[in-house]
Amino acid sequence: MDKTQAPVWVIADQIDCRILSVSFQLIGRARKLADELETSVEAVLLGDNVREQTQQLVAAGADTVYLANSPELYFYQPELYTEIIVKLAQKQQPQIMMLGSTSMGRELAPLVAARLKTGLTAHCIDLVLDKDRILEQKIPAYGGLLSIICPEKRPQMATIASGVFPKPEMDAERTGEVVELEVPIDVPRRIETLEVVREEPKGVPLESAPIIVAGGAGAGDPDGWQQIADLANTLNAALGCTRPAVDEGWADLETMIGQSGKMVSPECYIGVGLSGELQHMVGIVGSQIMIAINNDAKSPVFEKVDFGIVDDGREFVPVLIEKIKKYQEKKVTC
Amino acid sequence: MLNIVVCVKAVPDPKEACNIKIDPDTKTLMRCEVPFVVNPLDKNAMEAALQLKEQGDAHISVLSMGPPEAGNIVKECLALGADQGFLLSDPAFGGADAYATAYTLAKGIEKIGSFDVVFCGMASSDGSTEWVGPEMATFLNIPVVTMVKEIVESEGEFWQVKASLENGYRLMRVQLPAVFTVTRDLNTPRTLSFSGIIKARKKEISEWGIHELGVPAELLGVKGSPTVVSNLSTTESKREVEMISGTREEKAEQLVQKLAEAGVI
Ligand SMILES: Cc1cc2nc3c(=O)[nH]c(=O)nc-3n(C[C@H](O)[C@H](O)[C@H](O)COP(=O)(O)OP(=O)(O)OC[C@H]3O[C@@H](n4cnc5c(N)ncnc54)[C@H](O)[C@@H]3O)c2cc1C
Repeated sequence: MDKTQAPVWVIADQIDCRILSVSFQLIGRARKLADELETSVEAVLLGDNVREQTQQLVAAGADTVYLANSPELYFYQPELYTEIIVKLAQKQQPQIMMLGSTSMGRELAPLVAARLKTGLTAHCIDLVLDKDRILEQKIPAYGGLLSIICPEKRPQMATIASGVFPKPEMDAERTGEVVELEVPIDVPRRIETLEVVREEPKGVPLESAPIIVAGGAGAGDPDGWQQIADLANTLNAALGCTRPAVDEGWADLETMIGQSGKMVSPECYIGVGLSGELQHMVGIVGSQIMIAINNDAKSPVFEKVDFGIVDDGREFVPVLIEKIKKYQEKKVTC
Repeated sequence: MLNIVVCVKAVPDPKEACNIKIDPDTKTLMRCEVPFVVNPLDKNAMEAALQLKEQGDAHISVLSMGPPEAGNIVKECLALGADQGFLLSDPAFGGADAYATAYTLAKGIEKIGSFDVVFCGMASSDGSTEWVGPEMATFLNIPVVTMVKEIVESEGEFWQVKASLENGYRLMRVQLPAVFTVTRDLNTPRTLSFSGIIKARKKEISEWGIHELGVPAELLGVKGSPTVVSNLSTTESKREVEMISGTREEKAEQLVQKLAEAGVI
């Protein structure tokens, strides 16, 4: 088969039989790439009781869905999932394989890539074809965008976070082929997922929040961080952060915004004590208004926002909270 | 006895403000000298090993791949309480992507010999791919758990660990030998002690290059890396900033005004 005719793959991700939105977003992008390459989009879905969900993948743009459906696959099981995908990839020889930057994708992608002896790019923020029809996998670095390519080995593999690509139009009339896979029995079982525990997310979820307040290294200490959290509370906003806030232990990794964290698209973003580093800023996709508060008038963050305030966050934020509260009270009594 | 290998990486100090940037005019990298430190999450990996050693009979080997200067971070880990240090350093290892790095480290671990547990940080602060742990496990043909936040059971051949998930965790049962990549929730890394630094003086660091590893050059460094950087481009912001000025009170009031106009409050 001509190399360019090899399919474009998406490994779908599901939790409790529900396909995650990132999988549809990736199929949307895979469709565009496949159309340019004049080839097909194939999705791989592993799980239990997920046969009906294959139609959703077709509706999103898949031509073929490979389905492994078995109670053993209800949870992500590293060895079994890897084995099924590797064996199928060796047979079908996809030229591109995309996975979501989900907890499963982030572990499964390198397990599959190493077995297939191919390259893998983490947390891409764009995927385009170059003039030789090779996949350019873009990541932010050094204040710019780096294109990574995998010129010789196949498939070209990448992980992409939810929110990087839009969800495609779902076409319920689209038809596609569903190919059922056998679950192999000779796979070693040195590792097993015994249980998955989901906890209620704390606070307003970042993904759907109209307002996001994000804090950075400039918070200075836990008290400074608490002020930023109070500002978020006052605005009924979700609280996000940059990496130093996670490193310092003020904030949870799950609230980190950016290339290796969450992609968000609020109506309003307020960044306090952060420098506007590209790895963080790429995580804010199309916010209508962006505001930065930073004590350094020369901070690069002011090149990336609509409104800037030069002030010490630790002094300014408490005043801002008071003013917001006053406004809110006035509004209620009006 | 439990044989533990901890993989550590020397990274430019993430706390240093001076980042490497591209010059928007010349499109070349503007480098600056930043001191090397132990990758922050690798300190949690070290701490996990040290705690196991305190609980029972264990031997800790520290392994790093990097330039000769990375020897300093191996020394630091010896001062923290590791027993032996190994540095994989050779120009042939240079320019490795995650795949080639994982391969080289796996060869280093095989040469160290018997091991039950390999700990590494979930990601490095400068690369942040999260690939090295799982790819290394694949090359060693042993299981891996990524994002470990709690070791529930560490007696015997089967361990149980909790690994972070979006809003929750998964409980995993793993047969040793295995690789674990750890998050900062796992523990609080200890700091260096004076006595540790003194004791470390007597500990050895073995430095291995391509000949010691006995691996063909095609599988290492740039040559062994499936991915390459093809292009570096600058980005431009589409936003035009309006600076809000005045006294602190005035600035806050104006900002509230802007938020109200935008309909967000
Ligand atoms: C591969 C890779 C992936 C990464 N992924 C991510 C990611 O997904 N998300 C992410 O956030 N980062 C990520 N990073 C890290 C990123 O490069 C930056 O280091 C980080 O975003 C900087 O965070 P910061 O702006 O809070 O800190 P700094 O850059 O240290 O900025 C702190 C700012 O606070 C200001 N300040 C200090 N004191 C005060 C005060 N009292 N009041 C007001 N302002 C004050 C300072 O002027 C400064 O501008 C990644 C890095 C790499 C290499």
